[in-house]
Amino acid sequence: MARAVTPQRKLTFTILAWLVALLIFFPILWTLLTSFKTEGDAILFPPAFLPPHWTLENFFEVQSRSDYFKHFFNSVVIAGGSTLLALLVAVPGAWSMAFSPTRRTKDILMWMLSTKMMPAVGVLVPIYLIFKNLGLLDTLSGLTVILALIDLPIVIWMLYTYFKEIPVDILEASRMDGAVLWKEIVYVLLPMAVPGIASTMLLNIILAWNEAFWTLNLTAAKAAPLTAFIASYSSPEGLFWAKLSAASTLAIAPILLLGWFSQKQLVRGLTFGAVK
Amino acid sequence: MATANTSRLARTMLVPSVAALFVWMIVPLALTLWYSFQTYNLLNPINSGFAGWTNYYYFLTDPSFFQAFGNTLILTISVLAITVIGGTLLGMLLDQPIFGQGIVRILVISPFFVMPTVAALVWKNMLLDPNYGIFAWITTRFGIAPIPWLESYPLFSVIVIVSWEWLPFATLILLTALQSLDEERKEAAEMDGANFISMFLYIVLPHLARAITVVILIETIFLLSVFAEILVTTSGGPGYASTNIAYLIYHQALLDYDVGGASAGGVIAVILANIVAIFLIRIVGKNLDA
Repeated sequence: MARAVTPQRKLTFTILAWLVALLIFFPILWTLLTSFKTEGDAILFPPAFLPPHWTLENFFEVQSRSDYFKHFFNSVVIAGGSTLLALLVAVPGAWSMAFSPTRRTKDILMWMLSTKMMPAVGVLVPIYLIFKNLGLLDTLSGLTVILALIDLPIVIWMLYTYFKEIPVDILEASRMDGAVLWKEIVYVLLPMAVPGIASTMLLNIILAWNEAFWTLNLTAAKAAPLTAFIASYSSPEGLFWAKLSAASTLAIAPILLLGWFSQKQLVRGLTFGAVK
Repeated sequence: MATANTSRLARTMLVPSVAALFVWMIVPLALTLWYSFQTYNLLNPINSGFAGWTNYYYFLTDPSFFQAFGNTLILTISVLAITVIGGTLLGMLLDQPIFGQGIVRILVISPFFVMPTVAALVWKNMLLDPNYGIFAWITTRFGIAPIPWLESYPLFSVIVIVSWEWLPFATLILLTALQSLDEERKEAAEMDGANFISMFLYIVLPHLARAITVVILIETIFLLSVFAEILVTTSGGPGYASTNIAYLIYHQALLDYDVGGASAGGVIAVILANIVAIFLIRIVGKNLDA
């Protein structure tokens, strides 16, 4: 029996919750609104809440002045590429630990998690010098590999917690029916593993898209993804708030949408399965 | 039927993950350690050689280290306090039956998906700017002169920005944990006449303990190395007022080209992070058994 909720109580909490939510969301809403303003309207004081003159010009300007889509493309390549690379390495590993655990599986998992604790600045110098010597600075491939490595522990862990939930009994049943190993994997396990792999992929794309330590330190003009491109707006060469907002809106929109659809998986992935 | 064949296959499948992480962990760390004992400045490559503990000595006795260390602690602890307390309250609020719960939830968690450079620049310009920012407008409405937040209160400003990014994370995790709280237990406690405070202290808080621990420890990993937010807002300044250890090392390595000194700093950052990591690994390990 659900507790009785008085309409009054519900209304009070509704108003309170909406107020707080709008307050928290305000900087994003403000960015969105400013992206449709002219540069002059963007710095009106007192500020104009809605754009006095709606315009799409900023979005075109951002593209024509600074080749926005090149950086967008870089972000897609780096986030997508590092995710695929990490999955390629992690799926067999997580699979093996989930379905053929040994006495040391737990220690291996813990050790993998511990590599995630290493602060990036601790290895900034050698990575930078290695990249410099190998000509990997400001290249997409170099950054893709680094991001795949830093996310690998989370990917393995998340896959492991998903694979763990696949009932092994079903394997016994298919073996009774005389299935061979590869058939077992392709027809029985894989279909059950796909949702877990997809969730992991989603979370990792979000994390890689927003990664802002290695992307800022290892790229310049050529391979800069959106994180680094947006950072170039910090130079105080005048006020370009409308353009900054347009660039920001385009940079965060795809990930915001992905994030809204993957709240549950996010909790699970970011807490290594400790909170579900 | 776990034959020797399948277990050999399983072990082979594990090799790439273990090898990749092993190399990733050992090679750069060994190099950092090596450089930290070398005199090595990219601007002066001729003057090089074994430096002994000199790099550590200079790094640890530099006043900027103490300030950066203090700033790192203040930043980490403040953001943790704000996000955990705020996240608990917000989680409890969102757990109530309200109209439009789904949308409210989406609005609240959104900042977590905003990339750090965008978050920092939006705050720096459109919100905190002393001439045209929203905050300046609000303060002038109350008859207070606009405050140049990033110049006058740089560390505080960074704390606010980072808290805005991490509050949604804490809220989302704690809300998820709250939703698994047994409705009947709450009812029983209410029937026994428990008021809000005793309900919170004896039922809600114990239930959240594990989730709060996880939030604290995961946030700590990220908060100890906040970087982009500082780079694009204050560049660590004025002076070293908003420099944390991560930014200090970056400054020494890529702006001063002092490879030896930055590496010594890197080793110290790794040691500090490991002290925290030991606790995290233990707790997650315990939860793994549960």
